[in-house]
Amino acid sequence: MRDLEINIKGMVSAHAIIASSIFIATLMPHFFVEKYSVYGTHLAWLYSVSGSVAVVNFIIFWLLGISPPTKKHTLGYKVSRTVRSCLHFVVSCLFLHLVLVLYGAPLLESALETFSLAVLLSSLTTVRCLCVLGPNVQAWIRVFSRDGAMSIWDTSLQITTACTAIGTLMGAFPIPLDWERPWQVWPISCSLGGTFGFLTGLIVAPGWIYWHRKQLTYKCK
Amino acid sequence: MPYTRHLVERGSSHSFVAKARAPTVTMPRIKALTTGSIPGFMDVVMNLNSPALLEDNLLWQAKAAGKKIIFYGDDTWVRLFPKHFMEYDGTTSFFVSDYTEVDNNVTRHLDSTLKRDDWDILILHYLGLDHIGHLSGPHSSLIGPKLLEMDDILKKIHSSLTSRETEGSLPNLLVLCGDHGMSETGSHGGSSDPEINTPLVLISSAFKRKVGMEKPGTVEQVDMLPTLALSLGLPISQNSVGRLIQPVFEETSLRDQLRFMHLNGFQLNCLLKDSTPNFQKEEGYEMFHLAEKSHGNWIKLYLEGNTSEVLNNLGRKVLRQYLDALKAMSSALSKQLGKYDMYSMIVGMILVIQVLLILLLVMPEALSRGAEVEVPLTSALVSLPFYMLWLLCCSIQVLVCTSAESSCYLCNVSWGLVLTVITTLSAMLCVLLTITGRKLTSGEKTGTKSCYSGFSELDVLLLIGTLGNVISLASSSFIEEEHQTWYFLINTLCLTIFQDVCRKYFRERRNSIDDCSYLAPKQDLPSLLSTISEQGIGSQKWLALSTPLLTLVCCRLLRSLNQTGVQWAHLPDLSHWLNSGEHKAELSLLAAASLVLIFFLVQKYCSLVSKIALALGLLGVYSYRAAVGNVLFPWQRGSQGISKGTVEARFVYIFVLGILFTGSKDLLRSQVITADSRLKNKGLWEVYSGIVLLCALLFRPHNLPVLACSLLIQTAMAQYIWKELRYDAAQTTIMHYWFGQAFFYFQGNSNNIGTVDILAGFVGFESYVAIPAIFLTAFSTYSGPLLWASHLVCYLSSEQDSRHPASVGHGCYCFALLRSIPTVAYIILVTAMRYHLFIWSVFSPKLLYEAMHALVTTAVCIFFAAMDQNHSGQS
Ligand SMILES: [Zn+2]
Ligand SMILES: [Zn+2]
Repeated sequence: MRDLEINIKGMVSAHAIIASSIFIATLMPHFFVEKYSVYGTHLAWLYSVSGSVAVVNFIIFWLLGISPPTKKHTLGYKVSRTVRSCLHFVVSCLFLHLVLVLYGAPLLESALETFSLAVLLSSLTTVRCLCVLGPNVQAWIRVFSRDGAMSIWDTSLQITTACTAIGTLMGAFPIPLDWERPWQVWPISCSLGGTFGFLTGLIVAPGWIYWHRKQLTYKCK
Repeated sequence: MPYTRHLVERGSSHSFVAKARAPTVTMPRIKALTTGSIPGFMDVVMNLNSPALLEDNLLWQAKAAGKKIIFYGDDTWVRLFPKHFMEYDGTTSFFVSDYTEVDNNVTRHLDSTLKRDDWDILILHYLGLDHIGHLSGPHSSLIGPKLLEMDDILKKIHSSLTSRETEGSLPNLLVLCGDHGMSETGSHGGSSDPEINTPLVLISSAFKRKVGMEKPGTVEQVDMLPTLALSLGLPISQNSVGRLIQPVFEETSLRDQLRFMHLNGFQLNCLLKDSTPNFQKEEGYEMFHLAEKSHGNWIKLYLEGNTSEVLNNLGRKVLRQYLDALKAMSSALSKQLGKYDMYSMIVGMILVIQVLLILLLVMPEALSRGAEVEVPLTSALVSLPFYMLWLLCCSIQVLVCTSAESSCYLCNVSWGLVLTVITTLSAMLCVLLTITGRKLTSGEKTGTKSCYSGFSELDVLLLIGTLGNVISLASSSFIEEEHQTWYFLINTLCLTIFQDVCRKYFRERRNSIDDCSYLAPKQDLPSLLSTISEQGIGSQKWLALSTPLLTLVCCRLLRSLNQTGVQWAHLPDLSHWLNSGEHKAELSLLAAASLVLIFFLVQKYCSLVSKIALALGLLGVYSYRAAVGNVLFPWQRGSQGISKGTVEARFVYIFVLGILFTGSKDLLRSQVITADSRLKNKGLWEVYSGIVLLCALLFRPHNLPVLACSLLIQTAMAQYIWKELRYDAAQTTIMHYWFGQAFFYFQGNSNNIGTVDILAGFVGFESYVAIPAIFLTAFSTYSGPLLWASHLVCYLSSEQDSRHPASVGHGCYCFALLRSIPTVAYIILVTAMRYHLFIWSVFSPKLLYEAMHALVTTAVCIFFAAMDQNHSGQS
């Protein structure tokens, strides 16, 4: 039990760092991009956030040593692992792009915007999966099936991913409204929704794990 | 229209843009033009069989003043004004696919009439342009020649009128106006800009010749009535809310202008007094009295012979005062138009809420294994509270009807109906009380035992989706764009199903390895997996995995087929591309492929005879479309003479009836004689395939892929998803309902009256026949929900024998509940928002759709119940 509490504390601080990195990424481009605003130069904000989240996630999980133990420490294995991770990331971007198009995003017009949203979403979700589980699809499927979590990091992964997805879906709601606001332009409301969902997930995850720490039994860690 | 253009630019004319109000349907618009009032939404329903107009109107006034009126054109006029015309020839407006005969019918009288001079007013209502719009949209190649034809007619009339004008006779007035505009898709009924903006051109030698083109001013359509009435020297109709168009009277003397203003103001003032209880507080009332006073002063000065500049200036000032007063009164009047009959509305609301409550209260029993609900009707009918309530309701009814001016609907209907309503109301209340009482007592006995062990993601989605849709109806944007909600829900549903499928097949693997699979070392997983996949759920798994994806792709394609809604309706879509004339070959190919696909998907459970009938029927559909000129046969080059395709369509009808007949024969036999469930399933499927064939006939060719895709999704889902994943009846019903809703919009429907495809009502008929036309139009509009509902019956009754004995009952219950929740919620919402700005343009059409949908659902539920009766009879 003590172990768990220490772990939760670690998670809280890790999540705090990730969340603050999002805020910093929102503010930073002010110094580099002219006339920067979240609505006006939305793509700049989007890439800044996705880049920083990806990097910070990677660093934190590398420092904490959460990543699955690598059996071989050869350079070749590491390289192939990195390459496979990148491949997974690209595939997930394409997959999310496809899903967005299926949801009714225009096929040809504003394809760049749609793809950028896909990149943001995959850096909010897939990168965490890659960091926690490695490029191992079997493990992903295990984590996302019912009762599949094997550590608190798996649970937090589940929660943040679900929150991001729900946030993005919620973000689609204002689009049909005829208010003619700047944030109703595709894909601003969705990407903002996704980011807010992710932030909520970051906050909710440690809390939820803490409240349910009695029920959570990770049998096979 | 070169001649008209010349007249508007250089001639002695006035031109305006007249704003029509929603609903932009012919009958209410004619009413607005002739009475000056703003018709309510009920008039849309009445559009189909317009009764005679009893209100005070221009034609009646003209007739009373001894003017002789001649009318040629749309026979809506003839039905509205049966005794007003000296001479008339009505053309039925319902045969929409014809656009030459209808106009020739009008024009053929023109020459002889123009030669005579025994008439005072000639009204012509041409239909061709409207029909071209319905047929092929505003960008059709037919529009140009039609406008030229109209221009010629205008030229003919104008030159004949000018030649008739002799010295000393009063000048003639030629009015060119439209009853409504045409939307981007060529229909009308809604409130988009192209629909409500209509031209209004007044041409008369009394007007000053224009020197150059001016930008036309904007007026209300109802403003035409006072203008016309005053120019004809007739009293303004009592209920008119329009104000006269001042520029028209520019050429008359100031005294006359003021006189006209006063007449118009007086009439509006009377109307204001009649309709508003505290009219003294109205701004316009004050302003009008002020203007009246200064008018009096001006007259005094004028009669004293004062002709200075001062008088003129004073007169202008009075005129302005009048104009402001008219504006204020007119807007006040059109704002408080909604005189709501609250008493009837509340009675109706109580009735529907009671139905919903009863449905909700019996939920545990309805979803139990037996699916048997006992409604304690007889015990309620003989109880004392029932009689008390009955008396109470009667006394309320009498009280309301005697106290108020009895303008409410319930006071004006027959006593039999009123008594029925009261009896139903009180009986249902008693039933409700009895059920609640029983619930409470039994609840204490058994204790509240939660029957739901837990919700899966799918259940959560279904619940949230249903409730979310209900809540979204409160927003006018979400009503306009309701299709987006459904597409969104369908997509999310497919993804959730996909997740479920993944879970099922991957968990099965794991469970078979070990209960605590995590203990198994990871390296062993792949080897174990491979052995299991060898044992082989193989192809089944991949098909199941690909079904939701296939559905998603289908939905995405269909979504870009028809753009509906309001905000994005103008975007180009596939149906425009297909219907644009140059792409006839593609359209033909697509339609043929869809028909072939439909045949292969439907024929599998049919008997041989039905199979042949189906094949011939689908062939007939194609040849009907070819005859009408929508599609081409490969051997047919260029378009031959376009016929109405009556023969081909009737040929298909025969097969539809035949298939339906064999189906219902099988059903009856299974029900009465043999109680054979296989026979029953076959019968159901045949009824279903009959419905599919009818849909194929009524759908426009570019919509045939919608039908094919819906069959494809149904087949794939039934085969690999619903059965395999063991979704229960309630879940399956909700999914069917959602898909039905989505397909309603995939067809190109929307919550706007304008998108109803009235051409469907004429398939196979030479002329308009009321009952089949209404039935066919309703059928084709609601074919999406109907198809899915009938598939649900087939699916559930085939399930019934195997695993779930009460599934049909459950499905029926869920279906009724699913429809009644949004309907009841919407009725309450609309009542609460009856003063909303968009009540007439957005909320009311949706209410009509909801009501119609509820009617369709009732029919489906009755069919369901009949099927279920059979099951309970068996067991
Ligand atoms: Zn019309
Ligand atoms: Zn029309």
